[in-house]
Amino acid sequence: MAGNLVQGALFTVMVVRAGMLRDAAFEEELQQQVGRSPRFFLNAPVVLDLKDSEGFTTEEAFLDAGEALRRHTLALVGVQNALPEQISAAAAAGLAVFAPNSTQPSRRAAQAAAAPVAAAPAAMTQSARPPARLVTEPVRSGTQIYARGTDLIVTAAVSAGAELVADGHIHVYGALRGRALAGAGGDVEARIFCSRLEAELVSIAGRYLVSEQLPPEQRGSAVHIALVDDQLTVTKN
Amino acid sequence: MAKVVAITSGKGGVGKTTTAAAFAAGLALRGHKTVVIDFDVGLRNLDLVMGCERRVVFDFINVINGDANLNQALIKDKRNDNLYIFPTSQTRDKDALKREGVERVLEELKQQFDFIICDSPAGIEHGAVTALYFADAAIIVTNPEVSSVRDSDRIIGILASRSRRAERNEPPVETNLLLTRYDPARVAKGEMLTVEDVQEILSVPLLGVIPESESVLRASNTGTPVAFDEDSPAGRAYLDAVARLLGEQREMRFVQPERRGFFRVLFGRA
Repeated sequence: MAGNLVQGALFTVMVVRAGMLRDAAFEEELQQQVGRSPRFFLNAPVVLDLKDSEGFTTEEAFLDAGEALRRHTLALVGVQNALPEQISAAAAAGLAVFAPNSTQPSRRAAQAAAAPVAAAPAAMTQSARPPARLVTEPVRSGTQIYARGTDLIVTAAVSAGAELVADGHIHVYGALRGRALAGAGGDVEARIFCSRLEAELVSIAGRYLVSEQLPPEQRGSAVHIALVDDQLTVTKN
Repeated sequence: MAKVVAITSGKGGVGKTTTAAAFAAGLALRGHKTVVIDFDVGLRNLDLVMGCERRVVFDFINVINGDANLNQALIKDKRNDNLYIFPTSQTRDKDALKREGVERVLEELKQQFDFIICDSPAGIEHGAVTALYFADAAIIVTNPEVSSVRDSDRIIGILASRSRRAERNEPPVETNLLLTRYDPARVAKGEMLTVEDVQEILSVPLLGVIPESESVLRASNTGTPVAFDEDSPAGRAYLDAVARLLGEQREMRFVQPERRGFFRVLFGRA
């Protein structure tokens, strides 16, 4: 069927700033980083971020960049934040052009030398949301579970001292005694549902309530928690 | 097939060593050839509780390092032919517990014994993790109070994620709860968590409830495993728990407050 010929998919791609590529110290650091987890970096796709970079207006410049990354087992697949003349040179070198986005290399990403960043158009991310993460065993104290880019469903109790984090919604079919942080990526529409609220902390998109701020009459009840006018609101089911 | 049973808790002072000694004694009484190993390197106590402290020559660490063989280090109990004690070193620390060495010693013990009881140190560090790593079953020793329950919860999580069975994707470690130092009178007054509270939070099968009893301290101080004391409630509760570990059904005793009889009231508590 024609409809199946083109499908959207979401990949994790490392972004390397073009300016860094010219820095000798970067090569050395990259070498070390790759040496620490060679399998992770083997043939890993890389997008070159051209933001504020001079040059890169010839095909050779991109071929050289690709060669430099190849030496560290990385595969240059495309560019982003490119100027029009850079776009044509990159295309001539066989590279894809990713839509410019506002990905600022965070401090943590700089430390890790390569930040996994979803470099796909925003429209694609929604259709390709990964399936919800399902946990059927009790979540014990000291355990952290992160549902990256999706919802988290737990069909057992979550102990005090355990932490649930999801970029989407969190559902707990059992007592929620630990912490639950929904919309961790900033999604203000995310919600938390649980069949028994005894949480230490609940948070949606960075807004949070600790247990003593939770309405006492809701403790032990089945509730859902949502952000309404930037306020965390707890409602009995 | 020999079974490795780890006695663990996370928190210290809840009765791990007492429980390890009592289970080893109880299993031996039931005719199973049993060895109890002290994993608490540097804080050796099991030999005292088992009453064999004056017979220790070689220890677990000597055998791990190949400085002595198993039969030189194992101490045969004088009260029961099925029971052996494997003491640890008081002068070394937990780093001496090398995983390969422990594995080799356990494999060798499996040839000779039906049950291998591992008395874990407190904490969640190397010593405790090594004690539970090779376990087929675990007994989580918990007191009816919140900090003990939370630490038990943590160690159950470690059993489920860091044991060898978990790493190899084998059937999980059979995990049981043993509630110790349970005082029904204080539970009735709301000063301690109830059996139901603790089970609710930990959601693992309950192997037994050991009542708070003077006989436990007396047993430790005289070097007699409390399971050898069939007259004490704690001793009988341990024997029940051992029977349940062997797959028998036994009614839970000692969970209701004791009624003080007329003579007891007159003469004070016996």
